[in-house]
Amino acid sequence: MMRKFIAKAYIWILLAILYAPIIFIVVFSFTEARTLGNWTGFSMELYKHIFTGGVSGGAGLIAAIKNTLIIAFVAAIVSTMLGTVSAIGIYNLKGRKRKTIQLLNNIPMINPDVITGVSLFLLFVFLRFSQGYLTVILAHISFCTPYVVLNVMPKLGQMNPNIYEAALDLGATPAQALRKVLIPQLRPGMVSGFILAFTMSLADFAVTFFTRGTIGLETLSTYIYADARKGGLTPELRPLMTLIFITILVLLIIMNVRQAKTRDEKTSIIS
Amino acid sequence: MGDKSDIIINIENLSKSFGDHQVLKDISLNIRKGEFVTLLGPSGCGKTTLLRMIAGFLQPDEGTIMMEWGKKNGKEEFRDVAGIPPHQRPLNTVFQRYALFPHLDVYDNIAFGLKLKGVPNDEISSRVRKVLKLVSMSDYEDRDVDSLSGGQQQRVAIARAIVNKPKVLLLDEPLAALDLKMRQDMQIELKEMHQKLGITFIYVTHDQQEALTLSDTIVVMNEGRIQQIGTPTDIYNEPVNSFVADFIGESNILNGTMIEDRKVNFIGHDFECVDEGFGENVPVDVVIRPEDVYIGYKLDGAQFTGTVKSCVFKGIHYEMYVDTDSGNELQIQDYDAFEPGKTVQMLIHPDDIQVMRKERVENVIDCVVLNETRVEMFGEEFECSPVKVPEGFAGRLEGAPAKAHVQFSKVDLMDHEEEGDASGEVWFILYKGDHYHLTVKTESGGHIHVDTNDIWDKGDIVGIKILPEDIIVELSDEQEK
Repeated sequence: MMRKFIAKAYIWILLAILYAPIIFIVVFSFTEARTLGNWTGFSMELYKHIFTGGVSGGAGLIAAIKNTLIIAFVAAIVSTMLGTVSAIGIYNLKGRKRKTIQLLNNIPMINPDVITGVSLFLLFVFLRFSQGYLTVILAHISFCTPYVVLNVMPKLGQMNPNIYEAALDLGATPAQALRKVLIPQLRPGMVSGFILAFTMSLADFAVTFFTRGTIGLETLSTYIYADARKGGLTPELRPLMTLIFITILVLLIIMNVRQAKTRDEKTSIIS
Repeated sequence: MGDKSDIIINIENLSKSFGDHQVLKDISLNIRKGEFVTLLGPSGCGKTTLLRMIAGFLQPDEGTIMMEWGKKNGKEEFRDVAGIPPHQRPLNTVFQRYALFPHLDVYDNIAFGLKLKGVPNDEISSRVRKVLKLVSMSDYEDRDVDSLSGGQQQRVAIARAIVNKPKVLLLDEPLAALDLKMRQDMQIELKEMHQKLGITFIYVTHDQQEALTLSDTIVVMNEGRIQQIGTPTDIYNEPVNSFVADFIGESNILNGTMIEDRKVNFIGHDFECVDEGFGENVPVDVVIRPEDVYIGYKLDGAQFTGTVKSCVFKGIHYEMYVDTDSGNELQIQDYDAFEPGKTVQMLIHPDDIQVMRKERVENVIDCVVLNETRVEMFGEEFECSPVKVPEGFAGRLEGAPAKAHVQFSKVDLMDHEEEGDASGEVWFILYKGDHYHLTVKTESGGHIHVDTNDIWDKGDIVGIKILPEDIIVELSDEQEK
């Protein structure tokens, strides 16, 4: 009885420590105080400001949000396509070659962001790319693609290896077989790869910071960083972060429910 | 059979290697229209590779596959299909693990090929219904394929293939994943389907019972080569070599000597037989099916006697092992049981004795001479008896290619591979009544054949040891000139 209690308490304390900062932000998004930590009574004013454009930070924040979403969307789309094609290619390699390529795919994921950012910065300078929107998107594609590969590979493993050949056998050209048979099979992996890529891009600071150049391109993360350094966080960022957190939470829940649903269907068939 | 006009696929001198490993060696085969042909062999014999080449998923290294390709001026036109991709070939495949499309329901799976060809919708729907009826799955068209049992999925897979009206249907071990009862039911249905459709079936299996039940023609394969092509009765009653005899059904395979025409000696007795043309006193392999030995406590015209060693009831018959008076063991099947320990009399009818030319009477191994008493074979050095140098030989002995002759019984196998001069894996085991005849595959890929009384298991790793005096080395022919 006691042991059970301790075990439960441990979990709750752990979760509390993990989520305390986020809960803190969420709670204080409902008050108007300029300084974080002061409670001046419940208010929805800050939320109103975001949607009515009356943000004290001005148009900069809106532009940063727009940039962030565009970059995340484009990077996620392109890396989903690239990653899926790469996964199919890697899957068809044999033995040692496949292991090597898989390892090469995993390295960028564990590589510290700062190093990825600096090395991409140096690469763009070396190639004389003028840095801005394009370089940030290219950089994001490069660090998002491995995650898509990682999400699509297991789907390929679960697939009956003869399915592609069956499509060819029934008269499909290789392109038709890819579109009508392979892609539908890989779709769950591609969707989770896309969502992961989207959130990775959304959250990135270091790589963006090093590859955005000097044209004054701001994404949400670089904006917040600059804003915080200017002395105090703009209060409207609190409800904004709350909204982003809730959006991602909802996305995650949707993904999990979808997975659980397909699993249930599979098990109910077997039983 | 000689009528050339009913051939639909003609395969000639087909070879294929994966890396260093040659999986198909010089395969030639004609497949006739409407025939049920089975490619039969143990796993790794190349049967699936051959099927995949016909389907177009693999390209041959050498040789040609010609396929009937529609009519031209009332005459069938043949085309070499090398380089023609699978989706353009007039055949369809039923895959081993069904390979249905899980994101489509039964109807859309079957309609897949027709939709690609742009067949009008109402025709698709009537053709799909027709094949669903043929495979007795009429009420299932809206079902998710994952919700079907293995047998039902297999039916859908067959329906999906035949709805396209292929000239040839390829089936790659289609029943392997089903349980025994279901497999037997499906065998009957496949046979009926074949008769109803009238198209050519090429069927791959490792199950000899299945092959015997279904086929018009069986192609027995082993180690990438065709061993025998024939009807099920031909293959069963007249196997051409000990591999086929051992693989198809139960059999006693014994060493014998052809004394003269119509007279063969084995298990220490002379028997009358129906075979001619082997020559006199030629060593042969003799195959006796267990059900062809007549057995009784007292038997008119008995040819030899023996002692019953064991007797087991097998449902329809009893299976007995009998030690003959000459010390050979025979497997015998009879409707009557004979008590172990009792003496019995036996006889074999002349036409139940299948005599086969021996594939080899000793090992002849390619080797390289290192010096007068050393050769390299299987990638290892062996000491040998002094190399026989032909008169007038002027070339260098060292490095000369040669052939080493080693008798089967002179090869010793060791438990530990380090104890031998070379090592290998037991690849094939044949019981010859009083000893085992093993084929050992050496590490370098060569084969050596061994007669032994010791019991080994397939896959055992063994050391190979041969005494120097048992290795007789002769220089290869071209060297002598």
